[in-house]
Amino acid sequence: MRIPRVGGDGVWRWLSGACVALSLLAVVALLVLVVTRGLAHFWPADIEQLTLDDGQRIAGIARGSEANEQRYFTANRDLDGEVWRWVETQAIERRETPPELLYAERRDWGPFIGRLTAVETPAGERLQGAEAERRLRRALAGDAEVTTLHLRNVEGRALEVAFAQVASLSWPNRMDIGDKLAAWGHGVWRFLSEAPSDGNTGGGVWPAIFGTLLMVMLMSLVVTPFGVLAALYLNEVARQGPLTRLVRIAVRNLAGVPSIVYGVFGLGVFVYGLGGHLDSWFFAERLPSPTFGTGGLLWASLTLALLTLPVVIVATEEGLARVPVALREGSLALGATRFETLRRVVVPMALPSMLTGVILAVARAAGEVAPLMLVGVAKLAPEIPVDGEFPYLHLDSKFMHLGYHLFDLGFASRDAEAAMPLVFATATLLVVVIVVLNLTAIILRHHLRARHRALEHS
Amino acid sequence: MSAVSFSAAETQRSSAVVDFPSTSSCFDIEALSLAYEGKPALRDLTLRVPRHRVTAFIGPSGCGKSTLLRGLNRLHDLNDQVTRSGRIRLEGQDIHARDVDVAELRRRVGMVFQTPNPFPMSIYENVAYGVRLQGVKRKRELDEIVEWALQSAALWEEVKADLHASAWTLSGGQQQRLVIARTLAVRPDVLLLDEPASALDPISTLKIEELIRGLKSQLTLILVTHNMQQAARVSDYTAFLHAGELVEYAPTDTLFTNPRLRRTEDYITGRVG
Repeated sequence: MRIPRVGGDGVWRWLSGACVALSLLAVVALLVLVVTRGLAHFWPADIEQLTLDDGQRIAGIARGSEANEQRYFTANRDLDGEVWRWVETQAIERRETPPELLYAERRDWGPFIGRLTAVETPAGERLQGAEAERRLRRALAGDAEVTTLHLRNVEGRALEVAFAQVASLSWPNRMDIGDKLAAWGHGVWRFLSEAPSDGNTGGGVWPAIFGTLLMVMLMSLVVTPFGVLAALYLNEVARQGPLTRLVRIAVRNLAGVPSIVYGVFGLGVFVYGLGGHLDSWFFAERLPSPTFGTGGLLWASLTLALLTLPVVIVATEEGLARVPVALREGSLALGATRFETLRRVVVPMALPSMLTGVILAVARAAGEVAPLMLVGVAKLAPEIPVDGEFPYLHLDSKFMHLGYHLFDLGFASRDAEAAMPLVFATATLLVVVIVVLNLTAIILRHHLRARHRALEHS
Repeated sequence: MSAVSFSAAETQRSSAVVDFPSTSSCFDIEALSLAYEGKPALRDLTLRVPRHRVTAFIGPSGCGKSTLLRGLNRLHDLNDQVTRSGRIRLEGQDIHARDVDVAELRRRVGMVFQTPNPFPMSIYENVAYGVRLQGVKRKRELDEIVEWALQSAALWEEVKADLHASAWTLSGGQQQRLVIARTLAVRPDVLLLDEPASALDPISTLKIEELIRGLKSQLTLILVTHNMQQAARVSDYTAFLHAGELVEYAPTDTLFTNPRLRRTEDYITGRVG
């Protein structure tokens, strides 16, 4: 019986093409979602003032709707006890955007939405109305001093806030598009450059960016020489036999061990074992409070180095195996020793592969969160682990990490919902950090490869 | 020299006898057997390679001619699966003796492979590679050696304009001459050529053959080839190997015009391949 051909090559071409398109679409959709929602958070949206049919007044920023209900971010946790309000659309009698409504981010209690009634100056003056606002604007620009703000929410409840408590303050309803763009840029910059405040739901993520980068760099410094030397030994020095095969299989399988297991290993071996001994030998005077006997930057880097070691070994070995036997023999036939051949011909040719291994290791390490929770990441460590005090780089200190910060914001914070935009912003940042790390390594590899371009073409 | 062992070989395997009155021997191979993973590749092979002549090893694929060649600079050392018995002497010295520096042996016994294998470096660096290993660092000295080697390999005129171009940009024939230049640069006593022209076009082949003929005033050349015309054109002596054994060894003219054995005749006339 003749089997009918179903479209032949065409079907396969379309099927495989469709799969590629779908994958691309998924990636693009993910990036667009994360980036837009992350960046939208910093946009100073208009504040609406609603008057409901029962006379109640609400001021807030519209954030999403469902059927016949609308959700508003109303801030003022200290006054209302919550920051979200669902409002039925038909209950809304009036909707306006009064220009005098302000949006203030405070270091405690989160944002405030309402009106300014008065400001107090250090001299004890109390300024009201337009004069108060003028003075406040100058104070925000750094030209004048203000001690206390007297605020009032839309229902008229009064509130005093110390000026030092205010992280930022703006009147979004008065801004034109240029002002808003500037405010948006300023918001993004503050997010990138400031330390977190208000239980991580406010402020920026600079310590987390720095911690992530520093940890990844330390990890690369450890894993690169170890992995490369291990691969060189396995591929070039060791006598090939059942034992090397076994080691290879073990290394490849190590790459499949769940990362949390590495975390447990790091906790047991590095933190309690190594760290405990270091403490009893060198930091005995500080016991029982641990120095190295608790999670920290060094142990986290070592744990991740261990986690990514197989990646570097496998990539390097593949690179070494790709160097043609003919070139090795050519070098030996010229009177080079095995070591000289390795150093002058084999390793230079395998260098791009080694870098590929490091790139993969960095990509994996930067996104890893689970093991870090056991070996040194902190919910809040606003001090970055590098400072002007000897030994400048504090390997024993706890550090913040973007991945963990994201988890903390989204799942462990007071109001996960309010923190959601920050989760997206942090996720965007994490993606950007990983892309930047990878790009750096790829550019480096490209430069090395340019020398061997001809090799790839033959 | 090894007059005693030579006469012993004479009685043992008369077909391998060849007399070279005008010169002495460079390599003395005595009862050499080699096996890959226990499978014999060379069996009890005895022959002398004359100094400053071109000697060709011919024979069908798998006859062991390349294996023999690689035995002469101890490239088999890299493979644990190769076992050996018998002796190879270079200028009277056993190359497997304990005090022999393998790297130095390989410098003295240069090798050119079937496929051109220039390193992924510039033309200049390819030629300077072996010289640098010898500890030569001065730029002027290196420049001189590189130029001399490229001229000896008849490549200088073609590449002198851009010595720092990648060696991989050269044509196959040029690459092979570059590899010869690279080998000549370390001043070897012997040059082993493992089918050096089999991957090249006829014109490049011709150039390589001319080069081989020109080089024998400087060093001893051993050429492995499956191309009998080539052996006839360039070599002074020819050894015919079959199934790991040396069948007949004679001056090239004699072997091709008047082979003593039927097996040799069958092979060179193309009846057996």
